[in-house]
Amino acid sequence: MSLEVRVRRRLGEFEIDVDFRAGPGITALFGRSGCGKTSIVNMIAGLLKPDRGSVSVDGRVLYDSELRIDVPVHRRRVACVFQDARLFPNLSVRKNLLYGWRLSPRQERSTSFEHVVDMLGIGSLLDRRPGALSGGERQRVAIGRALLTSPSILLMDEPLASLDAQRKAEIVPYIERLRRDFGLSMVYVSHAVEEVLRLADTVVMLQNGRVGAVGTLEETLGRIDLYPVMGRKEAGSILATLVVAHDDSDALTTLRFDGGLLQIPRVNLPPGTHLRIHVRARDIALAVQRPEGISIRNILAGRVTEMADSAGAYVEVKVAVGGSSLVSRISRQAARELRIAIGHDVFVLIKSIAIDTNSLGILPPADYLPRITASAQGAIPGVRAAEGDELLDLPLH
Amino acid sequence: MQVAICSVLVGLPLALVVASVLARCRFPGKSLIDALIHLPLVVPPVVTGYLLLLSLGRRGILGAWLYEQFDIVFAFRWTGAVIAALVMSFPLMVRPMRLSMENIDRRLEDAARTLGASPVRVYLSVTLPLAIPGIVVAALLGFARSLGEFGATITFVGNIPGETRTLSSAIYTFMQTPEGDRSALHLTIVSLGISLLALVASEYCARRAQAVVHGI
Repeated sequence: MSLEVRVRRRLGEFEIDVDFRAGPGITALFGRSGCGKTSIVNMIAGLLKPDRGSVSVDGRVLYDSELRIDVPVHRRRVACVFQDARLFPNLSVRKNLLYGWRLSPRQERSTSFEHVVDMLGIGSLLDRRPGALSGGERQRVAIGRALLTSPSILLMDEPLASLDAQRKAEIVPYIERLRRDFGLSMVYVSHAVEEVLRLADTVVMLQNGRVGAVGTLEETLGRIDLYPVMGRKEAGSILATLVVAHDDSDALTTLRFDGGLLQIPRVNLPPGTHLRIHVRARDIALAVQRPEGISIRNILAGRVTEMADSAGAYVEVKVAVGGSSLVSRISRQAARELRIAIGHDVFVLIKSIAIDTNSLGILPPADYLPRITASAQGAIPGVRAAEGDELLDLPLH
Repeated sequence: MQVAICSVLVGLPLALVVASVLARCRFPGKSLIDALIHLPLVVPPVVTGYLLLLSLGRRGILGAWLYEQFDIVFAFRWTGAVIAALVMSFPLMVRPMRLSMENIDRRLEDAARTLGASPVRVYLSVTLPLAIPGIVVAALLGFARSLGEFGATITFVGNIPGETRTLSSAIYTFMQTPEGDRSALHLTIVSLGISLLALVASEYCARRAQAVVHGI
């Protein structure tokens, strides 16, 4: 699957001008509110006409201003899940689900009604009306309705934005299952870092109607220059890791990443699971000497590769640890007094409990396996990753 | 009574088409058509009736042609009374339908399109069902107006017993004749009954439709 979008559209004072490609899996359109995310999705779906440009899915051109191609919305086979669900209020849940299924060509149906109902756990809701559903249920029905059209791509426009944290947690596993069970490509619009962290394979970062960066999660969210897009509070680095062991007596889990080992609060995943973790920049401290007598469990050696002055009292420091990068936010004063500069060796200190187990992304194994094994062999030159290991005296399998 | 029912039956589909077009399409001259449709609402009924007589009467522009080509006459026939009632009630039927259609969330129609529904199907499966409350109100208003129509009817088709005498004109006639008071009163009670029945029925339909539309 591939999605190619190259569109321009003026909306009053605001202009959207984006050009990106996305591969299989979940592509997140990520950016602050009002940066044009929804308009881009509408242009892919055909609900908004670009001034110029082209849109194609799997090489099938849906819109091209030069070739004068503009496939009508109902023939695009692009399904949408909207923030506000948009179920038909006059129809029962069953009829809502079957609305698009009945309209889809028989030979192109890729799933069955029973399968979708079963997967989304909405069997008990079928005879109810949308007015009698909770927000989370409504969104699940909306997802099912979209799936049953057997779309070539599924667009999700902030499907979780209007739900509370509990409902969000209820829906996210279903979206993960969509990727796994249906192998469906999705465009996922969001302004919430934790959703993107958990779900996205590719990130398209948007800033004022332009593309700020496109790439894997690790590449994009780790870029210090894009921190303002994410919001300083949530900004941090992404690590691809592998669950190696659990320590039940202390309720900890050990993860291996390209650069060493990490201890985090116990997660309920079998060893061998590939996990993506998010470490916030504000949760990482730096030291110039290996500290002793300290409560922090994760101490990793690395080298400063990049520093960015932000407007306030802080400096963002990017440290290479093995083949990975971690970003730390420290005060400008500390950086000056410790003489932290590009090329210096430092120790990275991460509190175990700082790692948010809610934003962990479980990955399909194939994607990330090569990278992890490479690090396990210590294949990357100049790495002093093993130094941190001595503090993590847990048995490795 | 017969006139009123016919007027609603003929007028409702016509008004629905006009309401849909006015609610959903943009075209030059839209406000002119809008104004023309609403004209009978503001112009004195007698004027409307006179205009109908001028255009559709035996010697009128349209009427003469219809008579020569198809041998159709409206003036001073019961069919003419239907036309008079129709013209008078038309704006009252278009308006509620148009309003209810304009109130439908366009985003629901967008959602239907992304699910593979063609524009015609979107109209039939989303727009129309959600506009049902408006359609019910339109039918009632149209019926009430047609039943009570007097001015345009009497000007266009007169008050011929057995042909163009409507409930309203019959009451008027009885009031003019000596000792007709009792008959007038009877008819008044009949018309009250019909109106009340129509109101209750439409209220019931509207409530059902509202419940369906709001998904309760």
